[in-house]
Amino acid sequence: MANLHPHPSPLPHAGAGANAPALGPAEKEFVAFRDVWLAYNAELLAAGHFAVEAIDLSVQQGEFIAIVGPSGCGKSTFMKLTTGLKMPSRGKIFINGQAVTGPLKISGMAFQAPSLLPWRTTMHNVLLPLEIVEPHRSQFKARRKEYEERARKLLQKVGLAGYEDKFPWQLSGGMQQRVSICRALIHEPQMLLLDEPFGALDAFTREELWCILRDLWVEQKFNVILVTHDLRESVFLADTVYVMSGSPGRFVEKKQIELAHPRDLELTYTREFTDIVHELRGHIGAARKPVTPA
Amino acid sequence: MSQKQIERWAPVLLGLALLLLWQAVCTAFRIDDYIFPSPWTIGQAMLEFSGPLTEASWKTFWVTMVGFSLSIVVGVMLGFLVGSSRLAYAAVYPLLVAFNAVPKAAIVPILIVWFGIGIAPGVLTAFLISFFPITVNMATGLATLEPELEDVLRVLGAKRWDVLVKVGLPRSLPYFYGSLKVSITLAFVGTVLAEMTAGDSGIGYLMQSAGSSQRMPLAFAGLVVIGAMAMAMYELFSYIEHHTTAWAHRGSNAS
Repeated sequence: MANLHPHPSPLPHAGAGANAPALGPAEKEFVAFRDVWLAYNAELLAAGHFAVEAIDLSVQQGEFIAIVGPSGCGKSTFMKLTTGLKMPSRGKIFINGQAVTGPLKISGMAFQAPSLLPWRTTMHNVLLPLEIVEPHRSQFKARRKEYEERARKLLQKVGLAGYEDKFPWQLSGGMQQRVSICRALIHEPQMLLLDEPFGALDAFTREELWCILRDLWVEQKFNVILVTHDLRESVFLADTVYVMSGSPGRFVEKKQIELAHPRDLELTYTREFTDIVHELRGHIGAARKPVTPA
Repeated sequence: MSQKQIERWAPVLLGLALLLLWQAVCTAFRIDDYIFPSPWTIGQAMLEFSGPLTEASWKTFWVTMVGFSLSIVVGVMLGFLVGSSRLAYAAVYPLLVAFNAVPKAAIVPILIVWFGIGIAPGVLTAFLISFFPITVNMATGLATLEPELEDVLRVLGAKRWDVLVKVGLPRSLPYFYGSLKVSITLAFVGTVLAEMTAGDSGIGYLMQSAGSSQRMPLAFAGLVVIGAMAMAMYELFSYIEHHTTAWAHRGSNAS
């Protein structure tokens, strides 16, 4: 994997970032992991038992990356590191050039369980982050109308217009997950972290939500880090797919998906697409081998 | 009559049937009133002593309410503390359980030594016997937050306090109201217990003196009144619970 330590570049044409200027101004590094290791506590650290190890990663501004791997391989740990909810035991993480020292307000999260608040309507569930994150928090009362309008627009984009005043239990699982994604996006984060967000949905609803996520991303170009164990999902949505091996979590493969955006659902049935999925599947198999006794 | 109406009237009908059976047994076997009075004689006693009964039950009622209010305040604060801090949970919870296991009847004589005969032992017994369920339920509601939801909020810069106010408290409200229903009946037990041991008024005292002067119908009338009061309060909290935290009872009244 490429070593991206920001050494002072001796090259005369060194631009703003660490990358070659040929990539253009939009190709700015946004997330950078430099040899990151994490043990969950001091005991495990002393025993040399890491949940993830030697993670090196460089994500460009607006890039959609997916992390796939067998369950329990440290994918969720990776999410916690990226958001600053956990600090690495070794190594450094930079977001937008800044070393991560605590929870990052520029990120929104959604999980496999929608975890909506049952006493709040769809609208008020979506507004929840604005009641917490600054600067919206202190302006919440004054700008409430504007925020509600923003939430309404977002809900409309995911196909939930007219459901603003429904309670979560009046919505289907797919609808709840859409609300959860709206909640993650309402404060217009620069980075969206999704931890198996479609894992609990049926195949058709899942594909529908893929398209919704694709459209939101194409329109707003935020960074997405999608953790999943669905290979088709990762290939359909992401620019780059990282394959993680099981305990300890390590990246074993980085795969650029060279399919043009925006992608159509039909694409998933083409030879080109299934070849990529098949290739990735091969890496997962390789990643599993050390775990199962031969 | 629809199924719903039958369900609604079932407890009333069952109650009436039991009263009739009771009356029939008392009449058929000619059981003496000072052993086991029939519903009819109990009713007569209630009419005859309606003045003293009203006075006593009012006394018992407000003593219970003072004790119960105390237990809401203390129970909520303690539950908040225990539920929101792991250290407090580890430190306080075992002691609370130990205290709750102490029979409150054993405490009443001590309270009398400290506070004398009067309303203080009644208020305190009602409080001591009824705050525990409130504490436990508040703590449970607060301590069982989904970790994902907490992550969603923490990443936005939410402090512990934000998470408690926005999520923990609303989430524990159904537990809280549930505990009020249990606690209010316990509070009545506490007051009557104190009145029977060392009261100079109230339903407990009235029953105690009626019993010792062989006025069984009057003692039973006291029981009826106390049961009715506890049941009315239970229904009141049940009503409040349903109308403030309807989201938690969607199974029964889903639209």
